[in-house]
Amino acid sequence: MESISYKQITFTLNGKTVTTSVDVRLSLLEVLRDTFGMTSVKKGCEVGECGACTVIIDGETYDSCIYLAAWVDSKDVLTLEGLMDEEGKISDIQQAFIDEAAVQCGFCTPGFIMSSWKLLSTGKRYTRDEIRRELSGNMCRCTGYQNIIDAVEKVMNERLADN
Amino acid sequence: MYDIQHYYEAKSVEDAIRLRVEHPEAVIISGGSDILISIRSGDLAGCSLISIHGLDTLRGVSLDPDDTLRIGALTSFSHLMKDPLILEHIPVLAEAAGKVGGPQIRNIGTVGGNVCNGVTSADTASTLLAFDAEAELQGQKGKRRVPLTAFYKGPRRVDIEKDEIMTALLISSKAYKDYAGCYIKYAKRAAMDIATSGCSVNVKLTPGKDAIEYARVAFGVSGPVPIRISSAEEAVQGKPLTEETIELFAEHVRAGINPRTSWRASRDFRIQIQLEMARRCLRRSIERAGGEIVG
Repeated sequence: MESISYKQITFTLNGKTVTTSVDVRLSLLEVLRDTFGMTSVKKGCEVGECGACTVIIDGETYDSCIYLAAWVDSKDVLTLEGLMDEEGKISDIQQAFIDEAAVQCGFCTPGFIMSSWKLLSTGKRYTRDEIRRELSGNMCRCTGYQNIIDAVEKVMNERLADN
Repeated sequence: MYDIQHYYEAKSVEDAIRLRVEHPEAVIISGGSDILISIRSGDLAGCSLISIHGLDTLRGVSLDPDDTLRIGALTSFSHLMKDPLILEHIPVLAEAAGKVGGPQIRNIGTVGGNVCNGVTSADTASTLLAFDAEAELQGQKGKRRVPLTAFYKGPRRVDIEKDEIMTALLISSKAYKDYAGCYIKYAKRAAMDIATSGCSVNVKLTPGKDAIEYARVAFGVSGPVPIRISSAEEAVQGKPLTEETIELFAEHVRAGINPRTSWRASRDFRIQIQLEMARRCLRRSIERAGGEIVG
C-alpha cells in the first residue's frame, strides 16, 4: 500500500460541516489556525504540555498540537469561537473569566476555557481540588490559577443554582 | 508541521499487519503522545508512520467468555478510568491511569502505547504486570499471547515481531478475582509529570480476612523495565495482617529492587521511597480488600 501525502477530511467545526485537503504532516492545531482562521487555538509548547491549544473533539479535550489533522475526519470539533451564541454574545464561562480577572496576558485563556467547558458540561459539583485536577493539563504563567478556579467555581455555582 | 517521511493509515487490523510487513522501518502510532513528541524533539525526526489511530475495534474493555478482562490496546487512559468493568474488577488500574499526565494526555494516550513503548516509568505498566497481564499480538500467522513479564525485553524493547501489532491486554479472572490493589506514583508534580518511581501492589486475603493468601508487587523505575518482586510476594504468603508482615515485605522488596541514578532522582533516594511506597501500597491494599492491620 502506498503512503499518502494529502488526505481529504470532512468534519464538524463549531457546528458547521467543513471539508479540506490536509498535508498528513500537519497537526490539527496548524489546520485550525491556518486553514480555518481559528486563532483562539494557541500554539504554545507544541509538545502537549501547556494546554494552550486545547480543543474539544467528540466531547473530550485534546491538545491539538499533538493530534494529526488527518485524524479529525468525521469528528466533531469545538473551539473557543464556537462558544459564541447566535447573537454574537460570549458564553457565561468567558464572562466569568472577565469578571474574576482570570486573565492577564490571555495566551492560555482559550485553552483554559475549553477545559472548563468540558468539566462544566458534566453538570456535576466539583471541589476546588477537583477543578484543579480537571484543569491540570493547562498552564498559566501569570495568574497563579486562583482567579481561574474562582471563575470556574462561579459558573458552576450559577449553573447549579439555575437547575 | 511534523517531520514525517511516509504516512500510512491502517483501516483494519489486517491492514495494519500488511503495512507492517511492507514497511518494516515505519513506526506504529496510536495516540501519538510519545511518538509525535519524539518526532518534534528530533529523536524520531524523518520517520515513517503507520497510523492505527482509526482502529476503533481496538478501543474499549470487554469480558471474554471465560471472564478474562480484554482491554483493547487503543483504550485511552481516560476511558480506562471510567470503564465500568475496570472499576468493578480492577479499580487500581483506573487509579493508575488517572496518574498519567493531565486530562488531555489521558484522552489521547493509549494503554497499548504505554506498554509497547517499553519504558519503565509507564504508569499503567506496573499495575498490569502486577495482575499477570498478557499482551495479545496479532500478525500474519494469527494471534499469540505473551505474559508482560516476558514482553519487556529491555529499555524501549518489547516482544513485537515485524508483522505484529498489539491488539489487547488480557487479565484472567483468576488473576483479578478477589484481589484489591493500590498504585502509588511518586513524581515532583501532582500532574503532567513522569514517575520518579511507581509501585503497584494487590492482595487476596484468606476467607476469614485475617491473613494474606497472596500478594503481588510490581515497580516502575526500579530497573530498566517494570519488574515484579516475586521473593516479596512469596515471603508474605499466608502471613497475618500485621506491621511485622509489612516490614518483612519491605525487606524482600529491598533485595529485589535495583533502581538507577538519573537526573530525576538518585538511586539511594529511589530505594528509600520505593520501600515506603511498598509498605503504603500493601497497607492500603489490605484495607481495600477488607482486612485490618493489627500490631
